[in-house]
Amino acid sequence: MPSRDEIFEKVKSALVDALGVDEDDVTPGATMVGDLGAESIDFLDIVFRLEKAFNIKISRGELFPEDVLSSSEFVTDGKVTPAGIAALKARMPFADLTKFEANPSVQNFANTLTVEDMVKYVASKLGQ
Amino acid sequence: MRWFWIDRYEEFIRGKHATAVKNVSLAEEHLHDHFPGVAIMPNSLIVEGMAQAAGLLVADAIDYNRRVVLAKVASAVFHFDAVPGDTIRFRAEILDLKPAGSLTKVTSTVGDRLQGEAELFFAHLEPGEGVPKLFESEELLRWLDQLHIYEVGRDESGQPLARPDW
Repeated sequence: MPSRDEIFEKVKSALVDALGVDEDDVTPGATMVGDLGAESIDFLDIVFRLEKAFNIKISRGELFPEDVLSSSEFVTDGKVTPAGIAALKARMPFADLTKFEANPSVQNFANTLTVEDMVKYVASKLGQ
Repeated sequence: MRWFWIDRYEEFIRGKHATAVKNVSLAEEHLHDHFPGVAIMPNSLIVEGMAQAAGLLVADAIDYNRRVVLAKVASAVFHFDAVPGDTIRFRAEILDLKPAGSLTKVTSTVGDRLQGEAELFFAHLEPGEGVPKLFESEELLRWLDQLHIYEVGRDESGQPLARPDW
């Protein structure tokens, strides 16, 4: 099993390649969208690179729940409903959604995911 | 301007890799409009040639059942300018392929000199994802024929590619 630092280094390498950012910009607290400029298509690219780097399989929507965020069942007036929050938490146990819950506007979600969340996600996939 | 940035395939191995050529000619409009007086093939259009070479390889690999769209140029580096008289040879390779997208690596060479290298990421869109219709089958087949895909193409077991009966 790789250590947390080893996971971080590989995640960093994947993000540098996928997003064209400097290594120094990829800190644990950096947000994927706000700080690193990831767009929705980048998440698919990131999925490819993480799968290869860690030899894991990532299902569609597992890393970035675009289906929940665009669902009329879970979004009302641009805000994720309590049921939607529950769906996000179930889908993304690796992410800290506390701040997002305070203002669950769909637009805010983009600034919720951090590099650390990516590391936690990979660790969870590796069974750590 | 006709949006064709490869002239024909020389090699096409289903799901794996392909080589296509593009002959740069002074008769092409863009060579006169890009930098007047300095005829060079814009690298942005070379990326388009790379995307066509790789995109059709991907589309064939998924039986043309989704629209393959260049979603992202993950990286692109160019080492010199291609000019009229050059034959650019694109070699495209599929690095990863999934239902929703694919990652490819493409190089461009002129003679034995590496001109450019890029990683291109394609999204595979289904009808309904902003795609009313996948393609006009007659038009697509005509293009594939002009590119010699069914002359040089081989499947995974080395057999000639079957021309689709759309």
